[in-house]
Amino acid sequence: MTLTAVAREDPHHLGVLVDVAHEGPAPKRIVTGFGFWIFLLSDIVMFSCFFAAYAVLLGRTAGGPSGAELFNLHSVALETACLLLSSFVCGMASIAADERNHFWFQIAMAVTCVLGLAFLAIEFHEFADLVARGAGPTRSAFLSAFFTLVGCHGLHVSAGILWLLTMMAQVFAKGFRADIERRFLCFALFWHALDIIWVAVFSVVYLIGSAA
Amino acid sequence: MFGKLTWAAIPIDQPIPLVAGAVVLVVILAVIMWVVVKGHLPYLWQEWITSVDHKRIGVMYTLLAMVMLLRGFSDAILMRAQQSVAFQSQGFLPPEHYNQIFSAHGTIMIFFVGMPFVIGLMNLVVPLQLGVRDVAFPTLNSVGFWLTATGALLVNISLVVGEFARTGWLPYPPLSELTYSPGVGVDYYLWSLQISGVGTLVAGINLVTTVLKIRTKGMNYMRMPMFCWTTLASNLLIVAAFPILTATLAMLLLDRYLGFHFFTNEAGGNVMMFMNLIWAWGHPEVYILVLPAFGIFSEVVSTFSGKPLFGYRSMVLATMAICIISFMVWLHHFFTMGAGPTVNAVFGIASMIIAVPTGVKIYNWLFTMFAGRIRFTTPMMWSTGFMVTFAIGGLTGVLLAVPPADFLLHNSLFLVAHFHNVIIGGVLFGAFAGYTYWFPKAFGFRLDERLGMAAFWLWLSGFYLAFVPLYAVGFLGMTRRMQHYDIEVWRPWLMVASIGAMLILIAIICQVLQLAVSIRNREALRDTTGDPWDGRSLEWATSSPPPAFNFAFLPDVTGEDAYWAIKRHATLEASEKPRDYQPIEMPRNSPTGFVCAFFATVMGFALIWHIWWMVVAGFIGAFSTFVVFAWRDYDEYEIPAEEVARIDRANLAARRELVTAAGGS
Repeated sequence: MTLTAVAREDPHHLGVLVDVAHEGPAPKRIVTGFGFWIFLLSDIVMFSCFFAAYAVLLGRTAGGPSGAELFNLHSVALETACLLLSSFVCGMASIAADERNHFWFQIAMAVTCVLGLAFLAIEFHEFADLVARGAGPTRSAFLSAFFTLVGCHGLHVSAGILWLLTMMAQVFAKGFRADIERRFLCFALFWHALDIIWVAVFSVVYLIGSAA
Repeated sequence: MFGKLTWAAIPIDQPIPLVAGAVVLVVILAVIMWVVVKGHLPYLWQEWITSVDHKRIGVMYTLLAMVMLLRGFSDAILMRAQQSVAFQSQGFLPPEHYNQIFSAHGTIMIFFVGMPFVIGLMNLVVPLQLGVRDVAFPTLNSVGFWLTATGALLVNISLVVGEFARTGWLPYPPLSELTYSPGVGVDYYLWSLQISGVGTLVAGINLVTTVLKIRTKGMNYMRMPMFCWTTLASNLLIVAAFPILTATLAMLLLDRYLGFHFFTNEAGGNVMMFMNLIWAWGHPEVYILVLPAFGIFSEVVSTFSGKPLFGYRSMVLATMAICIISFMVWLHHFFTMGAGPTVNAVFGIASMIIAVPTGVKIYNWLFTMFAGRIRFTTPMMWSTGFMVTFAIGGLTGVLLAVPPADFLLHNSLFLVAHFHNVIIGGVLFGAFAGYTYWFPKAFGFRLDERLGMAAFWLWLSGFYLAFVPLYAVGFLGMTRRMQHYDIEVWRPWLMVASIGAMLILIAIICQVLQLAVSIRNREALRDTTGDPWDGRSLEWATSSPPPAFNFAFLPDVTGEDAYWAIKRHATLEASEKPRDYQPIEMPRNSPTGFVCAFFATVMGFALIWHIWWMVVAGFIGAFSTFVVFAWRDYDEYEIPAEEVARIDRANLAARRELVTAAGGS
């Protein structure tokens, strides 16, 4: 009995394309980090929809106030400073984690948390002020889009703070275990990604919005 | 206390949903009773519900899809029956009920049949084909499945508590806004899709990471089986497209719950923004569904033709081309919006271009079959039926991509016939081919061929009988979603379509019977070697069903069609080298997914009915579940080397026996 088909190692002559040796499954740290990057990219796609909606609805003020009349660049500058600084301190926490230094890790995380909360407080104040002036999200399509985009970022920061506190408690209770380190790596990526999105929010919403 | 929820939510005056709901409830209770009385509950809990094994999760996804297929199909039968009697009469379904039925049919078939079916098969097969022991994120995988199940559950709850959306499978505003749909129907739709959407996103991230980062030694990209490629493309699309759905539905939710103005008629809202956003997800979605099916056909056609896949490189290129172009054609769903001739022309041409890589694939399958020694088993029959049917559906699609033609056919039954032509002929036939092809891998015995063939022929003829008349009646001017009509020439066509639907009903009964008969005759259908079809890729290199760890030793891949090469060498060398077995670490089972889905169900239900305290309780529950999960100390267990050796030796012995029986060829 003969085989009915020809089996070759390389039936399609892909020699050139498959030359790169593949070493097998990647280590866990790489897999976790990579997966989390994919999640962050999908999160950014979601934000891009809110950005697109904001761009479409920018002029739809329905006779209500426009961005130029509403935005206060001073408080936004303060917000930006808080968030960027918190990202820097979060970087410090990463270094402390690499050094296995509990004390500085907790300090850095606490400072990150305080700065994040300060950011949220300023944002909340801004929102409350707008609503009080009759410029809430139900006033016009423009304001709906504004509150959704900026509020979605704010929700992400809130979720990040919840995660941050959980991380602090975990490191306190369990120390720098391999799985906790991987989780912290993801948290740091998340916190820095919020900065990237904020830079876009700052430029597209506040800078362009104040000029218009 | 209970928000909008009162006794009035139970539709006591409407016998059809109430009886249907009661039947479903009785069946569910009977199954639960049977499980508890027979003492299967601990087994079910330990081995399935809390399982993080990709194979088990894959099977559960597929089972969910098949159960929901029954629900979606009963909606279809109701619609066909209504349209065949509703000539100059109201038929038996009042408009508000008929509208819920077509909305539920579309929603269920896409989100809770198509999606779980393909995701289930990918989960089951891809790690095996890549020659590895697990997916990238096993527990998250379980969370993803259970969140999908939550969405399905909420849709079914709407049958008896409240109502479902009447707005079609995509809830176009302003109809779906609070002003015109004040009931909870649209909210059921939105929350079930938001929750199951999170599940789908998780599945997508998991499978992308698995294919890109977890492959066995030597499994380069250009050595991956085609199904792994299409899995990669499909899940990249999930990761890139599902967030758009989430964002769009979130905007509609904000409109409905907090009085925002994204899509309202007042205060500057923009309705057409919804169409653009939803189809920016919706068009990639059809490729999310059909690409895995293309992968299944590639595996099946190559195996049963006894040849390597023809044009592997062009197949990879075509897959990735579709992956990208699928994001550039969304506007063809609403040429009639009035974007102007230039925009319409651009999107029309892009839509025709996407037919090119699809055509490449069809030719590759045909040339794989050419000069092959073809075995026409049921999976191969589904594949052949697909090639013919899908080509026709593709042609009518290209016709619809011509904007002037689309202006005539937009929202007519011609369109309905077209997308059923590609989704049934493409996705569903692919899912059935994969189901029959990989069933022995999952359970260790094959499905009955005779009933399988009967189901195939009935499905195929039923499909043509049910949908070719819809093309005709579409040309005659019948629009979709009509509860009744007054045009006499339509009626005979709709009667024929109903006969087609009856044939499909018999086909589905055959499939249920096939499963039952195969389970009864499982000893006769047993697959002892793990390679029942003389397969070519690595999933056939392990036993059926595979052990929890899949492979005692991760295979070392040296070329394409990895298992075919291994088989060749094994028969030539007949090597019996002693193997050095090592203990294997596997992830521990976890109830996280199930518990999390429980709280998601509570939260979703509470959000639909505005029961705010319950929303908070559900959220706290879900968050605590994750903290408890994060707190556990042991996330892996060890399978001892002796156990690995025992399982592996048994399988090797069965394979050697086969080789000896075949005379060592």
